[in-house]
Amino acid sequence: MDMPTPNPDILNRKALVLRRLQQVLPEDAVIHDPAETRAYECDALTAYRCPPMLAVLPSTTQQVSDVLRICHEEGVPVVPRGSGTSLAGGALPTADCVILGVARMNDVLETDYDNRFIRVQTGRTNLSVTGAVEEEDFFYAPDPSSQLACAIAGNIAMNSGGAHCLKYGVTTNNLLGVKMVLMDGSVIEIGGAHLDAGGLDLLGLICGSEGQLGVVTEATLRILRKPEGARPVLMGFDDNEVAGQCVSDIIKSGILPVAIEFMDTLCIKACENFAHAGYPDCTALLIVEVEGSEAEIDDQLAKIIEIAKRHNPVELRESQSAEESAKIWLGRKSAFGAMGQMNDYMCLDGTIPVSSLPEVLRRIGELSKEYGLPVGNVFHAGDGNMHPLILFDANKPGDLEKCEAFGAEILKLCVDVGGCLTGEHGVGIEKRDLMSHQYALVDLEAQMAVKDVFDPDWLLNPAKVFPLDASEARRTARLAAE
Amino acid sequence: MKPETEAELAEMVAGLQHPVRIVGGGTRGVPGPEAEINTSGLNGITLYEPGALTLVAQAGTPVAEIEAALDAEGQQLAFEPMDHRGLLGTKAEPTIGGVVAANISGPRRIQSGACRDFLLGVRYVDGTGQVVKNGGRVMKNVTGYDLVKLMAGSWGTLGVLTEVSLKVLPKPETVATLAVQVADIDSAVQAMSVGLNSPFQVSGAAYDPQDGNAYLRVEGFQDSVSYRLKQLTPLLAKIGQVSEVADPIATWRAIRDVQAFHSHGGDVWRISVKPTDAPEISERLSADQTLFDWGGGLIWARVPQGTDLRARLGRFDGHATLVRATEETVKAFGRFQPEPMALQALTRGIRQRFDPRGVFNPGLMG
Repeated sequence: MDMPTPNPDILNRKALVLRRLQQVLPEDAVIHDPAETRAYECDALTAYRCPPMLAVLPSTTQQVSDVLRICHEEGVPVVPRGSGTSLAGGALPTADCVILGVARMNDVLETDYDNRFIRVQTGRTNLSVTGAVEEEDFFYAPDPSSQLACAIAGNIAMNSGGAHCLKYGVTTNNLLGVKMVLMDGSVIEIGGAHLDAGGLDLLGLICGSEGQLGVVTEATLRILRKPEGARPVLMGFDDNEVAGQCVSDIIKSGILPVAIEFMDTLCIKACENFAHAGYPDCTALLIVEVEGSEAEIDDQLAKIIEIAKRHNPVELRESQSAEESAKIWLGRKSAFGAMGQMNDYMCLDGTIPVSSLPEVLRRIGELSKEYGLPVGNVFHAGDGNMHPLILFDANKPGDLEKCEAFGAEILKLCVDVGGCLTGEHGVGIEKRDLMSHQYALVDLEAQMAVKDVFDPDWLLNPAKVFPLDASEARRTARLAAE
Repeated sequence: MKPETEAELAEMVAGLQHPVRIVGGGTRGVPGPEAEINTSGLNGITLYEPGALTLVAQAGTPVAEIEAALDAEGQQLAFEPMDHRGLLGTKAEPTIGGVVAANISGPRRIQSGACRDFLLGVRYVDGTGQVVKNGGRVMKNVTGYDLVKLMAGSWGTLGVLTEVSLKVLPKPETVATLAVQVADIDSAVQAMSVGLNSPFQVSGAAYDPQDGNAYLRVEGFQDSVSYRLKQLTPLLAKIGQVSEVADPIATWRAIRDVQAFHSHGGDVWRISVKPTDAPEISERLSADQTLFDWGGGLIWARVPQGTDLRARLGRFDGHATLVRATEETVKAFGRFQPEPMALQALTRGIRQRFDPRGVFNPGLMG
């Protein structure tokens, strides 16, 4: 994976930049010792590492504004960072950049149940947003598997999803407003507690822009009343195609489950060893969850089970208790960790039309044999968002490269059947160079033109999202002008 | 100009010598230059997969055609787009491109989301005549910037939509609605809040001051709907007398299309606020007639012709759009709420890059 060569001129001015940042931030908020900046050398895409020149941890929007203004004046690239859980390298530094971490900004600013929103600083973790409203039986819907650790800032940057977004949508569907700082230090507010934009939907544009348009410091989020109850059912099949057909039939029946999750043999075994959820031994496992009162759940599950029975499941089991449900979900949400205990792995995130599921799974199986690397599949089947996990050995020379080539083929396949490169993890550096497989240059130009408006000098997280050759002229324009 | 294909449209735009108005069915009252590009020739559903909850259609496809196709499979556009014809006195067929370009959402917006939340992908011709695509036809997609949301509600100022792909949802088996007799807007907001804050999945919450009823809609499978009505009734009875509406489909169509205003003259404004601000805001409006949707968060106001409603409102958190008025009034006050300077600069910058010659709907949005 290529990254731009660090700008020697910036590296030479490290002392000056440091001094200026120290003038606007408390002493402990500026990290410059190479031993300490190493803590920021990577995110959850650990195959790539590079310590930043400096890291800063502001505690207020004003401090964020000061940092960005100074970096703008000095021409220093800034890489924003939430909790550093990106699987796509969204927070990967360059040697000449300043990492701007929002972890110290984690307060709840306002909770309003009558209008069903919460306003938080964006360093707050996803799960602790729900934690702040749980007492009143409310919750924040998007639930990425990393929700214990990941920050709202990163959720907004990547437009994060989760297992339950089949019913509740992803971050962009639950974000009402932001306060954000542009690269020149100006602070803007978009949206608020009311619905929809009065002009262009800039909020929709910010969400998922991977920290390239501004640094969001405060977010107004929609909160929802918890359903009376929820219950998953496990369905095992001895054929992927049949499981895929069952998903399609459930959706067509008019029932909208909150989640339909899929796991294949390798994942089932890994997760079962990890969580002891009682997953059956089968080729394809579906976890289907519905919500409502006890009677409503019984009713919906009866309909779903009737559909499943038509597909000859090898196992069909409703969760019998809250404890069992928790175990079932623990197993699913630990899938990445459980696979990680078996070997190093690379997690993909392509989305496909649900109807292409059998074809894509078959092709992934063939590619796995060709490359000689095992693949586990776990994904959100209701919306076609796949997470193939390719196992490899990072210590074996050539294995990472082989794994990347294999991953790229899978993602291209996702695009070719009518899907996309990434459903919820973001492009980052990981899928940056595959963007031209999904988008023509004119499509990428339209997106880059938006960045030109928000960040004309291309200083915010500049080497991400777009293929390096496509963005090069923009990234180097300022340098060339000097 | 009425292109029959995307390529023809692209060629027309590239050759434009003067600004044009972008029109689908022309039912939403968008003013603009005499010359127009009409997209109704780009017609037809290109793909519909009920099992994947996805529909792709050319921008000029009539909404009615799409709704009929969905209905045949027991599905629907969950964001419940309003039909503006009754309110504006326009004719012709509303198109799906128009719905998307104006981000038109109805009462279910409060629960399911807006049009923009159901829009999965777009193709459009930009101001230089280039065909651009963004998003796709899958439900989860974070590949690159989300220009899909940007195009929704951009009113044709950034490009001419040629194709849209939408997430659709199952149509509920049963629809039921409770009417709560309330004394005033304060009690109405309270009643709607009780419904929306309950776990009973209220999919519509509106208030018509004329009949003094707050309406709360519940949808789904029959048994589930009966159960939820039973649970909601005692909660609402603390606020006012509760009864069940005889024809809920007609009730919500009337609310969606603001039917109460149809036979009355005057300007019509649409104001988005946070629901608990509705009582205070509606007092500032001193309108001839109001209708409240989205739990109080959407206020429809009818005022005498030429009233500067934004002056009456003063500063407030939200936005007011002028939906029906004479051309002079629209010119005088602007259709959309003026934005803070910083946002105006961003909007202008984006527009300048998407339509550098300024040929699409000039003067419409900032």
